[in-house]
Amino acid sequence: MMFVPGNNPGMMQDAHIYGPDCIMLDLEDSVTMAEKDAARLLVYNALKSIDYGDTEMVVRINPLSTPYGRKDVEAVVKAGVDVIRMPKTETADEVRELEAEIVKVETELGCVGRTRIMAAIESALGIVNAHAIATASSRMMGIALGAEDYTANLKTQRSASGAELLLARETIVVAARAAGICCFDTVYSNLDDMETFRSEVELIKTLGFDGKSIINPRQIEIVNEVFTPKEKEILKARTILAAIKEAQAKGSGVIAVNGKMVDRPVVIRAERTIALALAAGVLTKEDLQ
Amino acid sequence: MELKEAVAGTLESGDMLVRIGPGEGLQVELQSSVEAQFGRRIRAVIRETLEGLGVENATVRVVDKGALDCTIRARVTAAAVRASGKDVWKD
Repeated sequence: MMFVPGNNPGMMQDAHIYGPDCIMLDLEDSVTMAEKDAARLLVYNALKSIDYGDTEMVVRINPLSTPYGRKDVEAVVKAGVDVIRMPKTETADEVRELEAEIVKVETELGCVGRTRIMAAIESALGIVNAHAIATASSRMMGIALGAEDYTANLKTQRSASGAELLLARETIVVAARAAGICCFDTVYSNLDDMETFRSEVELIKTLGFDGKSIINPRQIEIVNEVFTPKEKEILKARTILAAIKEAQAKGSGVIAVNGKMVDRPVVIRAERTIALALAAGVLTKEDLQ
Repeated sequence: MELKEAVAGTLESGDMLVRIGPGEGLQVELQSSVEAQFGRRIRAVIRETLEGLGVENATVRVVDKGALDCTIRARVTAAAVRASGKDVWKD
């Protein structure tokens, strides 16, 4: 998920060329108060006119407690955005308040249910309420960690090891999985330190995140490299799925592949490997036939 | 619609700077490095946008840095909204 400032038309028109899975146009922190009106118009017109192809389009709105939030919702829902990212979410009620605003605009347009919600959790209270936030609405598609505000709220700062974020990251993954939605990690903003960035991406993949937020196209390749299954992993997954298919045809529940028992969790992991390989384009549906 | 002087946009690549103020009829002054290829199109989008907003009398000075149509619409609308005080997204 690549963050793009909503007041920069040059970046907005080129962002999808670099191939991120998802673009988040920002109306919040990257836009000064004096430019909120103009950025909203830029984002609205960009969403209406630019062909972003298969890229999922997200807009980070201003909080509903500001004079800008409701106008942001109206504009981006009218423009047909896929997902609204709600910043600094602390309670389930805030999600429901956003949902009510979305419903108001969608009812006017005759498209109720079109817009999904992603909640950014950026405070200790938000982490405490993570599962309630994740399950606050059927429109919830994911929750994301916003680490800069979170660490400030914890009265600490970010480190290369990420020790200060461990509880928040694990809580977000667990809450998202329990709710059956996606989870996205925070940004890493030092573009001169790609080594630490790679370590962070490897860590969050191990923790179970679905993806990483990025601030520059240079970070896309590393995220894709880390998240794309290796050839050996794909081969193993295909072997497991083929074996289980054969066993099911024979009416047998438990099987062994290369001497190791294959049970349900192993199959689920194999299916996820294949899904990631398909999404990354290193495997095609034809390959599986 | 009564207008005061207002500005929107920047001189960054892919953007445009729009200055709008009172005038008689719609007068559009355009500076653009792609004037020869796209000048007619840019002027048409500026006029369509203002007419769509009900602005019939205005002087508009535009410095274009390669803005797409969607950016032209956004910047002209922002300038007109600021000049008229009438928002396109009401509360």
